[in-house]
Amino acid sequence: MSELPHEPVIQQFPDVEWEEAAGALVVPAAKAPEVAQWLHDHNTLALDYCSNVTGVDYLEREVKEKITNDDGQEETVTKTEPGRIDVVYHLYSMRNKTGPLVLKQRTGRDNAEAASLTPVWRSCELQEREIYDLFGVKFTGHPDLRRILMWDEFEGHPMRRDYEEPCDYEWEPTPHGEVLEKHKKGKVIA
Amino acid sequence: MSVATAPNYDLTQRDGLDTSLLEVSMGPHHPSTHGVFRMDVKLDGETVVDLKPVFGYLHRNHEKLAEDMSYLANMPFTDRLDYLNSMTNNWAYALAAEQLVEIEVPERAEYLRVVMSELTRLVNHTCLVGFFINDLGALGTPLLYGFREREKILDLFEEASGARMMCNYFRFGGLRKDVPDGWLDRARKVVDDFPSFLDEYGKLLCENEIILSRTQGIGVLPRDLAVNAGITGPMLRASGVNYDLRKVDAYGIYDRFNFRVPYGEVGDSYDRFMVRMLEMRESLEILKQALEDIPEGPVMGSAPRVFKPKPQEVYGRIEGPKGELGFYLIADGTPKPYRYRVRPPSFINLTVLRDMCLGQKVADAVVILGSIDIVLGEVDR
Amino acid sequence: MSILGGGIFNGMAVTLKNFVRSYFDKDRLTTKDYAWQPQGKGELPQKAGQYPWKPEETGQLPRRENTTVTNYSRNIPMLLHEGGEQMDAIRCVACQICERECPPQCIYIEKDYDESGKYIKRPAVFDIDISVCMGCQICVEVCPFDAIVMDSQFEFSVPDRFDGLLLHRDDLLKGNDYYHQIHPEEATALDEKRAAEEAAKAAKKKAAAEAAKKKAADEKKEDAQ
Repeated sequence: MSELPHEPVIQQFPDVEWEEAAGALVVPAAKAPEVAQWLHDHNTLALDYCSNVTGVDYLEREVKEKITNDDGQEETVTKTEPGRIDVVYHLYSMRNKTGPLVLKQRTGRDNAEAASLTPVWRSCELQEREIYDLFGVKFTGHPDLRRILMWDEFEGHPMRRDYEEPCDYEWEPTPHGEVLEKHKKGKVIA
Repeated sequence: MSVATAPNYDLTQRDGLDTSLLEVSMGPHHPSTHGVFRMDVKLDGETVVDLKPVFGYLHRNHEKLAEDMSYLANMPFTDRLDYLNSMTNNWAYALAAEQLVEIEVPERAEYLRVVMSELTRLVNHTCLVGFFINDLGALGTPLLYGFREREKILDLFEEASGARMMCNYFRFGGLRKDVPDGWLDRARKVVDDFPSFLDEYGKLLCENEIILSRTQGIGVLPRDLAVNAGITGPMLRASGVNYDLRKVDAYGIYDRFNFRVPYGEVGDSYDRFMVRMLEMRESLEILKQALEDIPEGPVMGSAPRVFKPKPQEVYGRIEGPKGELGFYLIADGTPKPYRYRVRPPSFINLTVLRDMCLGQKVADAVVILGSIDIVLGEVDR
Repeated sequence: MSILGGGIFNGMAVTLKNFVRSYFDKDRLTTKDYAWQPQGKGELPQKAGQYPWKPEETGQLPRRENTTVTNYSRNIPMLLHEGGEQMDAIRCVACQICERECPPQCIYIEKDYDESGKYIKRPAVFDIDISVCMGCQICVEVCPFDAIVMDSQFEFSVPDRFDGLLLHRDDLLKGNDYYHQIHPEEATALDEKRAAEEAAKAAKKKAAAEAAKKKAADEKKEDAQ
């Protein structure tokens, strides 16, 4: 998805990987602020505008792959991919008016932590707070990390794929739906 | 700037009086907060010493709802994001989704999309100027003059799509249906009558000494901070950066039209207001050109029967009236999106609210909020 | 302006001009006066959609002169039948596509079965909760039988918040002539489309019948030879 060349970044920072399927650079959390500052100050790339910061939640899942085993035959192997949360940054250059470069930080789902890029691009400030609120990713180095869209005493992270809504709806007799099913089972406050 | 920590009030001595800071919650129900938006301000007399914006009162978790619905079923919900400009929200989503599959959009549909989008820009800017002047205290007169013109455009939207505000008109590959007979002539009439309204409106507002003294020099946003904080739209252009996605990305057929991009020098509230007034005139130029050149033909390209894109990620963005509205979609081969993210311009433009308001008076904080142009449907999603 | 207050003075002149002109020129008025009164009976309806009264009963269209309703407005859906007895000519076959595609999930359909348990092509239950319906017309777009279209009724006030706003199949059924009255262009276009489809189907059937006849005639000739 990136339209800017990624080779200079990989040359400068060998830790950074390039993910072909998504067209994104995967940056380890320890190196992220350095890479970000380098991209910001680079004179041809000049990525001075961070447009969008997104969190994506991937649950643990099984992936089937066809590989050729030692006998030379094809077989399907099932691998378990561990769950992870991605933080995706879309970077543009306002000075040169050029296209996006996509950065990703990966972190596990338990004790999710990532490096905050707010010191480099101020636009990440509110968006990283939103990812903390809705996904539960702690950003180290963020000036003011607290909940933004949910109220402060809320527990849980709503955008996670395995989030279960609390069963505290007032029942309204809609013709069908999950609330009606729950009401029939006696689980909803009438 | 010293900030007193609550709960231990530090009483300071000033002019022989014991004073402390006053905390005011300009709470969610307030006529000037443009929706359910709360600002907790700490005041030293009348000067703002600290400001904390609090939002989330309209949070509907739109992004999670969208993961449960097919791509087409998400289209009516995009109307409700920034509920004043439903057509541009639709276009941003259609643009992102059209990158997922190979669809060719016919010529007439492209021209009509530009027409609808520029009419929406007119609608939004008249609303915004009206509400901005309303916040200053001109209780309703310029607002209703703007709304009177907006009604004519909403009547056009009703004839084209069936609804005035929640239009749900764009589809992947074109539009839902063609405009009825005579619509183009009615649109031309509205566009021809608009400049005289703008002249009158400008005479009412732009040289008014009260507006000049209350908005010039208020809420200055320096250029570097604007770029770094990800501000887009008229607010960025008022600070002097020439970045308009209609020229940079040239999505749709915007490269065929001849129009200028107004931008300001100082970046105060008056510049933001004037940039919007000038943008309305440029929108009229685009509309004139588009309504002249519009060809005949179908309005719907050949979309696949079931919308099931291959696994990929796209980011589609447009220049909405409030800023850059982007949609980040991750498809995974099923008819429902895996991740659906809205990049909301109003939300990100609020990053610098505190910076602009510190040191100003409370009344100016209201003016600055009005000039940022937020709509809570977009801020909270 | 060189004098202080000149801008304000000019602005006041604009306001005065608009004020005076609004007495003579309707376009200058910022608000419109709608004086819609329900026709006929004065009691409160018990069911949403009970008024304006059905044209089959009163012979009149719902009065719309002083309202904002145009020939293109859409509000909630309605089921179409061809005319005459409602359930005889209903177009809906209870395929449940609109129930699946509805974004806020406000439609509830149950198929109709006859005495032997076979599926008849009619809905037994077709409920729309209009407090949930957002009028997005996606059900109209996905219906393959042109059975559901948008109505432009807007008076839905009822005393009961839940059951009063749940419309059942018989409340939603309206005739094709009513559809022609409220949305003339769309209704004519729909009728033409259906007529074209019928003609295409009939032509195909005729061509298939002729091909079969020709094939039978050829086989007979071969047998004879």
